Amino acid sequence: MTANTEIFQLLPHLVIGVGIVLSVVIEISTKKSESILPWFTILIFVFAGAHSIINVYDYQILFGGMYAIGGVTAIFNFIFTIGAAIMVLNAVDYIKKSKMNFGEFYILVQSSVLGMMLMAGARDLFMIFIGLELMSICFYVLAGINRSRMGNTEAALKYFLLGAFATGFIVFGIALIYGTAKSTSIDQIVFAYEYFITDVLFLTGLALFVIGFLFKIAAFPFHMWVPDVYQGAATPVTGLMSTTGKAAAFSVLIIILSAVFTQNITNNFEILFAVIATLSMLYGSIVAIAQDNLKRMLAYSSIAHAGYMTIGLAAGNIESVSGIIFYLTAYAFMNLGAFGVIALIEGSNEENLDINSYSGLNSKSPILAGFMALFMFALAGIPPMAGFFGKYYVFVASIKADLTWLAIVGVFSSAISVYFYLRVVVYMYFKDSTSSIIIKNSFTGLLAVIISGLLVLVFGILPDTLFSIITSVLSY
Amino acid sequence: MLTEFGKIFIFLLLAIGFVGIALFAAKLIRPHRPTKEKLLIYECGENVEGSPWVKFNIRFYVVALIFLIFDVEVVLLFPWALTYQEFGFYGFLVGVIFLLILGLGMAYEWRKGDLNWDRTKPNIPELSKILTNKNVSNVKIDEQIKES
Amino acid sequence: MIELIYLTILLPLLGFVINGFFGKKIGNEKVIGLIGSSTVGISFVISLLALIETINLPVEQRTNVVELFTWMSVGSLNISFSYLVDQLSLVMALIVTGVGFLIHVYSIGYMHGDKGFYRFFAYMNLFIFAMMNLVLGDNFVVLFLGWEGVGLCSYLLIGYYYDQKFEKGTVAQAAKKAFIVNRIGDFGFLLGMFLIFETFNSLNFLEVFSQAKHLTGAESTFGFIALFLFIGATGKSAQIPLFVWLPDAMAGPTPVSALIHAATMVTAGVYMVARASIIFASAPVILAVVAVIGLLTAVFAATIGLVQTDIKKVLAYSTVSQLGYMFLAAGVGAFSAAIFHVMTHAFFKALLFLGAGSVIHSMHHQQDIMHYGGLKKYMPVTFLTFIIAAFAISGFPGLSGFFSKDEILWFSYANGNFVYWLLGALTAVLTAFYMFRLVSLTFFGEERFSHDKYHPHESPKVMTIPLIILAVLSVIGGWIGIPEVFSGEHGNVFHNWLAPIFLDAELKLAYYGAHSHTEELILMAISVSAALFSMYGAFKIYTQRREIAEKFALKFKKAYMVLLNKYYVDEFYEATVIQPIQKSSEKFLWKIADNKLIDGIVNGTAVVITSFSSVIKKMQTGVAQVYALIMMTGIAAILFWIILSL
Repeated sequence: MTANTEIFQLLPHLVIGVGIVLSVVIEISTKKSESILPWFTILIFVFAGAHSIINVYDYQILFGGMYAIGGVTAIFNFIFTIGAAIMVLNAVDYIKKSKMNFGEFYILVQSSVLGMMLMAGARDLFMIFIGLELMSICFYVLAGINRSRMGNTEAALKYFLLGAFATGFIVFGIALIYGTAKSTSIDQIVFAYEYFITDVLFLTGLALFVIGFLFKIAAFPFHMWVPDVYQGAATPVTGLMSTTGKAAAFSVLIIILSAVFTQNITNNFEILFAVIATLSMLYGSIVAIAQDNLKRMLAYSSIAHAGYMTIGLAAGNIESVSGIIFYLTAYAFMNLGAFGVIALIEGSNEENLDINSYSGLNSKSPILAGFMALFMFALAGIPPMAGFFGKYYVFVASIKADLTWLAIVGVFSSAISVYFYLRVVVYMYFKDSTSSIIIKNSFTGLLAVIISGLLVLVFGILPDTLFSIITSVLSY
Repeated sequence: MLTEFGKIFIFLLLAIGFVGIALFAAKLIRPHRPTKEKLLIYECGENVEGSPWVKFNIRFYVVALIFLIFDVEVVLLFPWALTYQEFGFYGFLVGVIFLLILGLGMAYEWRKGDLNWDRTKPNIPELSKILTNKNVSNVKIDEQIKES
Repeated sequence: MIELIYLTILLPLLGFVINGFFGKKIGNEKVIGLIGSSTVGISFVISLLALIETINLPVEQRTNVVELFTWMSVGSLNISFSYLVDQLSLVMALIVTGVGFLIHVYSIGYMHGDKGFYRFFAYMNLFIFAMMNLVLGDNFVVLFLGWEGVGLCSYLLIGYYYDQKFEKGTVAQAAKKAFIVNRIGDFGFLLGMFLIFETFNSLNFLEVFSQAKHLTGAESTFGFIALFLFIGATGKSAQIPLFVWLPDAMAGPTPVSALIHAATMVTAGVYMVARASIIFASAPVILAVVAVIGLLTAVFAATIGLVQTDIKKVLAYSTVSQLGYMFLAAGVGAFSAAIFHVMTHAFFKALLFLGAGSVIHSMHHQQDIMHYGGLKKYMPVTFLTFIIAAFAISGFPGLSGFFSKDEILWFSYANGNFVYWLLGALTAVLTAFYMFRLVSLTFFGEERFSHDKYHPHESPKVMTIPLIILAVLSVIGGWIGIPEVFSGEHGNVFHNWLAPIFLDAELKLAYYGAHSHTEELILMAISVSAALFSMYGAFKIYTQRREIAEKFALKFKKAYMVLLNKYYVDEFYEATVIQPIQKSSEKFLWKIADNKLIDGIVNGTAVVITSFSSVIKKMQTGVAQVYALIMMTGIAAILFWIILSL
């Protein structure tokens, strides 16, 4: 393989990397950066996303086994970049509205996406760690980007403290894995997985490593930061953290456990994941009922969704992986859309987040109400929205893995969750408006919502377009 | 047989033991006659005022952070400086790009005014201002105030 | 053009989207009407081109599958939106789009000035979209999607004048009745689908049918599948016992009755039975049930049609009766005869309804034929086309109805028995009678309406031209299916065209009864002459000697009342099904089961969960140290578990 082809295949990463540097230059050199940077950011994201999805069948290992390109990585890159592009589109007017016009915002978003892409492509524990840190540090700062708000600062500090705590376990896990496997290459670890797994140190190391990422996906006992951070951070940032961040963490979990998924090895973590999935689903769904703040409600719903996806990890077969990836894609767009609507309705100083603000929304803005209803239905998993098929594929995989009880718990939890999702719809359509909120027109924000809505519908009506790609690339 | 780590462990034990024994021996030998002046904290001959736990201005941290970054940079540049000739122009280029990115970061800080010492006072949120906002959490705060 | 067949489905959908979402803004009736009818018209042209292309292909290559996209595929369940273009589906597509196009054009005139003009066209286009999915889909899921879609459109269009009164209730009630009765049938159809998937592990037509061809010894399974599918068909195609909705469906606008409740949707059941012919052929008992139900419906509805006075009601019962004919044909294994009758019936029944619509239009929505009379001089075109259709449906020799009906009668004798033929011929006689009663009372005799109130006039060109085209089709439409006995060595062209589709079923049924052409001719002569006599009788009685009919009605008052009240079937259902369900649902299900039990469980669960939720919500203290502690506990528990599990 020549250097040129390597560069071509790494083009998405290079474009974003160069884009970060250029963004810094733009931010320094011109006062008009506010109006240039968002579009520049979207441009490079869309390019990177398109490049990834076009080259999805071009699977290669680069840099002496350190890094992979194409295949599942490309699908993840697509989720990261397109999700981030939608979020930036949505954030343009939000940033102006809440007067936090920092050029850093866009630079940090780009850096975090680069970090996610490194995580998804990494085939070495150190690469994973570098990507994770790049993503996490950007997220810590993004969570507190609006320094003048107390909530933002609190969210950033809590996220940082607990995130660093979790990172510590990841590093400890890496150390133990290296100590027993004598290698940080994932290919080697996966290759000899069956041999290592009997070693208690390796198992502990792997468990700690996995726990660190369970923190990032907000699964049950490690979810504590989620409500506070999701509520405190700026709404578009929350959208990004809850969707692409989760997808990045799952990409690592899928890679590190790929031996289980592909080689038919007994899943040592089956019970662990099953218990965590059950607790996450039930805890998220039940506590979300008592929430009146929409962002906080979606934070708990995010915990529940992490639980549904963890069912796939427990099932541990190839169908479950494709189910998880489909679920992540669907979840990314429906959640981004929901947060997009919230960002549009939110006032300039974090007002109008209460569910009462949504009463009678249909009469004020039928478009927003319609899309919000669409996203709520999708999150609740009602066909023909994308969310339904995400759950469907994961549940089918779990039934195949003889975990029917887990699927039943999942369905039960979905039934509970319908309550709080539909509560929003009920407020929007069947209650008279009690608050006098003014919704500022935002073309870009609306466009972002419409794009996510269309994607949710497309993946819901034509799930096989995406699903067939996922299943075919998984055969590598 | 000792492993390499074992030797380090013995070193550690020796170091701890050396300090510990020396201090313990001093404690045994030295006279013990405390006076008020002797027990005061020595601070350049000045009397101590207030708690040492004061809040430092955030600007110190910014400068410290910048210093730290450039300090770490040196650590990375040392091995590069020793070996870049072996990698030829490619190796040289990699180092230069690294330096350029760092330089850009420096320029960014400069441009953003983070190196200016005298800055306008940051807008610190005040409780009274926040309380006038009709915000949910603040309503709760109000309730708590009422309850208490 | 075969590979472009999906356009015939997408174009009406496009029309629906444009008219449905922007129709109110467009406002202009001409533009809306143009969009509505042109999309269907272009679909017709595409179907026609596809037909020509198919004709030019050799016989064994005439079955083509056009795959649009895979909808979902999980395990062995693979559902794709793909369309089967073969001899049968093309015939159906042409009927749907062709007749549909004419009715769309007609509607521009008929619906002129209606405040819901755009809504009407949007629904009509949606109906064509659903119906095309139904006839072109290459698997049971797409068929079912279309099946439900046409049901929905039927509901929407019957309830089009939702704020008006209809008979004893409201239009909305009639629409609900149609929907609910259809749902009963759909339930059967759905069960059939499940059973098919269970048996064949596929829902694709070609796969299921090729497996069914070879599968032997599973007759009870086939029986159940066929029975369930047929229950679905009785709902959609208004057969005994689920026919009650169709007469009430006349509450919708007349073009709707013509398109949905006469020409296309109600024939979906026949199409489905024909499509699944191999399954029905593998279950001879159920096939016999199909024939008997069809025959009974045919006679039963025809007798009711004799005494109805509402012009659309007469036509509605006539439709039920003719659908019975089609099922009779399918039941005796003459599937191509059934489809042939679907086609000719679409022409003349659409024409009859549109003609009736033209009359109703000019008579200010008066529908009682007792208040018509002598209209032929006011509306010559409508009269001429209507009487052609009446001749066609009565089986006047040489017209389309003659060939299709005769074929069915012949097969009911040849593949069935003499009783089938006799009752079939009786239906033909009754049909001729009530049709000419209708014609006489409407267009002939003295004028029984006041000229102060009504000003009958001919309808505009946009309405009469479709009538003329349909009249031409009613005359010549049957000529492609001239039976062997007349056409000699060419044989029956239509029959030969469809033969490959029904080959397997016919082989399995193996009717090789030797019947001579003489027998066929004699039976034909008997039935035709009886029908002609009945036509003449009806004409004479109702134009010149109406007192005979009145005397007759008085003499057999009881029988007359039974017929007039449609055998009291509605009342029977009301007393045996609806009332008990309503009573028990009100007394028990609602007040006890729902209010107390279910609401209790639901509310109780909700209360428990909500209070539980508020309790564990408190775990979220907001103190970061506590969060870290909980995380640490979790980690400790997991590590403990790992060490224990080793």
